[in-house]
Amino acid sequence: MEKEIIRGAEALMRSLMNEQVDTIFGYPGGSIMPVFDALYDHKEDFKQVLVRHEQGALHAAQGYARSSGKVGVCIVTSGPGATNTLTGIADAMLDSTPVVLIAGQVMSSVLGTDFFQEVDLVGVTQPIAKWSYQIRSAEDIAWAVSRAFYIARTGRPGPVVLDFCKNAQTSKVAFEPTKVDFIRSYVPYPKPDEKAIAEAAELINRAARPLVLVGQGVELANANEELKNFIEKANLPVGRTLLGLSALPSDHPLNMGMLGMHGNLGPNVNTNNCDVLIAVGMRFSDRVTGLVSTYAKQAKVIHLDIDPSEINKNVHADIPVIGDCKETLPLITALLENVDRKEWIDSFADYAAIEEEKAIRPAISPNGGPIRMGEVARRVSEATGNSAILVTDVGQNQMMSCRYFKFTKPHSVITSGGLGTMGFGLPAAIGATFGAPERTVCVFSGDGGLQMNIQEFGTIMEQGSPVKMILLNNNYLGNVRQWQEMFFNRRYSWTPMLNPDYNKIAEAYNIPSRTVSDRAELDDAIKEMLETKGAFLLHVAVMEEENIMPMTPPGASVNEMVFE
Amino acid sequence: MEKKLFTLIVYSENIAGLLNQVTAEFTRRQMNIETLNVSSSSIEGVHRYTITLWAEEETIKKVAKRIEKRIDVVKADYYTDKEIFMQEVALYKISTPKMLNNKQVSKIIRHNNARVLEINASYVLVEKTGKTEEIVTLYKEFVAEQCLLQYVKSGRVAITRDYNEDLSEQLFNEDAKRKGINR
Ligand SMILES: Cc1ncc(C[n+]2csc(CCOP(=O)(O)OP(=O)(O)O)c2C)c(N)n1
Ligand SMILES: [Mg+2]
Repeated sequence: MEKEIIRGAEALMRSLMNEQVDTIFGYPGGSIMPVFDALYDHKEDFKQVLVRHEQGALHAAQGYARSSGKVGVCIVTSGPGATNTLTGIADAMLDSTPVVLIAGQVMSSVLGTDFFQEVDLVGVTQPIAKWSYQIRSAEDIAWAVSRAFYIARTGRPGPVVLDFCKNAQTSKVAFEPTKVDFIRSYVPYPKPDEKAIAEAAELINRAARPLVLVGQGVELANANEELKNFIEKANLPVGRTLLGLSALPSDHPLNMGMLGMHGNLGPNVNTNNCDVLIAVGMRFSDRVTGLVSTYAKQAKVIHLDIDPSEINKNVHADIPVIGDCKETLPLITALLENVDRKEWIDSFADYAAIEEEKAIRPAISPNGGPIRMGEVARRVSEATGNSAILVTDVGQNQMMSCRYFKFTKPHSVITSGGLGTMGFGLPAAIGATFGAPERTVCVFSGDGGLQMNIQEFGTIMEQGSPVKMILLNNNYLGNVRQWQEMFFNRRYSWTPMLNPDYNKIAEAYNIPSRTVSDRAELDDAIKEMLETKGAFLLHVAVMEEENIMPMTPPGASVNEMVFE
Repeated sequence: MEKKLFTLIVYSENIAGLLNQVTAEFTRRQMNIETLNVSSSSIEGVHRYTITLWAEEETIKKVAKRIEKRIDVVKADYYTDKEIFMQEVALYKISTPKMLNNKQVSKIIRHNNARVLEINASYVLVEKTGKTEEIVTLYKEFVAEQCLLQYVKSGRVAITRDYNEDLSEQLFNEDAKRKGINR
């Protein structure tokens, strides 16, 4: 077949179609203009979403990726356009989110001359991206784009950066579609080791008090069913990480709650009581382990992960099971015995009762007083039949909504875990409405975080994105204020915040909104939000000095949670 | 844990910016590279980095895995001195007049098994291959005779004591890499 001669920018379009891309988030500028010019002819092929700040584009692509399981795509200009995405790249790296960023770059002939808007993007992103590559000639495009998508989505997913020189966008090339599915120096799916599988199964069969820790790896591998079979066959209680919350339905009888600094008491305390700890697709982050030197020292540890560099990184693994958990979980399950572990499983209930009394009831059914964050989260969740996607910003609003939202479907929690990026929530939620258009998307933000990317109201207005925004306004940078209260002698330095009139801001962007400060009105307002077609801002005046409890204080062991 | 001198051997695709990716893992941990040697390997298109640095074994173990995780890195392994053969090379520029006036200098060259590469009226170029200590000893002896004009020492090159390190299986076994789930 005769190869078609096309411009580099058009070759990029063809390459993106070849990867089944359907949505692009971005922002134009000088050194990427030929690409945006080509996009003009592809309005039917891609949904084209102009954000209001490039950080928003990257977070939107993350929200798209995490809600759909597909690769999120961003196109921005060189220099400031590219550097504005860096927070999102770092966030996607820490949270293993597959995104491809295509950034303009100056012509290859002037590289290194401090040309207008030249930044060494490959150099800057190498330490925070899974792969960074500079396309200097149009011949490179088909190969580089396919390789970028292959790397972003396979193995442990992550962000990939393509630095696209302007001359490569404009010069002609004989285009031939390419599909990269092999890189000789890259092993995305390590072959499971039969011996490790057998040893893991035997250890679990002999365990009296096993505990499974589930992370986002299960969701990334689409192994939710495999996980269910695994835990149900042998009656294994489960704790889930923040990013793994929807890997198992919240009401599953073996779900014992959330792990981590603000997780549930039972799974945290029992981490230091179990005899076998089985980690599946999680990385023992410090937010989960607390003081690592006292963490699960009594237990034998089995660690299932696709990334060999996670093994023994923070916690020693007695039996590493390297591989894709969609493969390794069933292999272990096949060897498991059905052991009754009633007494051990019941032990979680004792902790749950304490937590219910000391933290949960006051948070979701308080006796009067100002509205609490937790009750808003629980009521919104229930009003959606616990089937919505929860997107959160960072801070108390994040911890409270993650604690009290309930999940029935996979891919339902989108939050910035590893980087803890304030400003993540709003654009990520916009992305999620594109990634999962059939689902309800609820984003919880604080008054601080919402303002970090509030310009994306413009994107919502223009795209008609049906984002249900719940602003939990405590007039504080609440999470920091809580630490000041607990560890800095109540010296509220830089945390009280004078807020604008959020309803007026929403109105300026044609977004319907409502403010609620009276508990009696809450259900009605939630109903109005969910029944309103399109976007809605529910502004809730919540208790100003509420603390997220329980908490593992910094430097404390995982079983030393406090309630005040 | 105590720090030891480790030799890290990294094989990677020969692409621009790779060294940056390798050293970034040291930078973020404030680890100082002692010596570094980069050159082509016996496999076409594959480069070999020989890096020495002082580290705790726990750390070097993790760093090696992180480096191997980079997409274009084929393999990264660390060794103690017992597990490798290693050599360094040094060049010494000696003042010719000083050497002619001091018999000790040529004795030093002979005793240390160093080689003279070039002699002219102003200087003598001496080369020595060996272990770090041998090279440094020679340097100190020249310094003591006050005849040294210039001195340079290379990074370490090393080869493992294993019979061979078979990279080809790792590189060319496409099947192994495509295993797993088709998505
Ligand atoms: C970009 C960024 N800057 C600063 C922080 C530190 N930080 C963590 S939580 C928090 C306060 C958040 O306040 P708000 O958005 O109002 O949420 P709240 O905790 O009150 O619910 C801050 C400043 C951060 N995580 N991200
Ligand atoms: Mg706040």
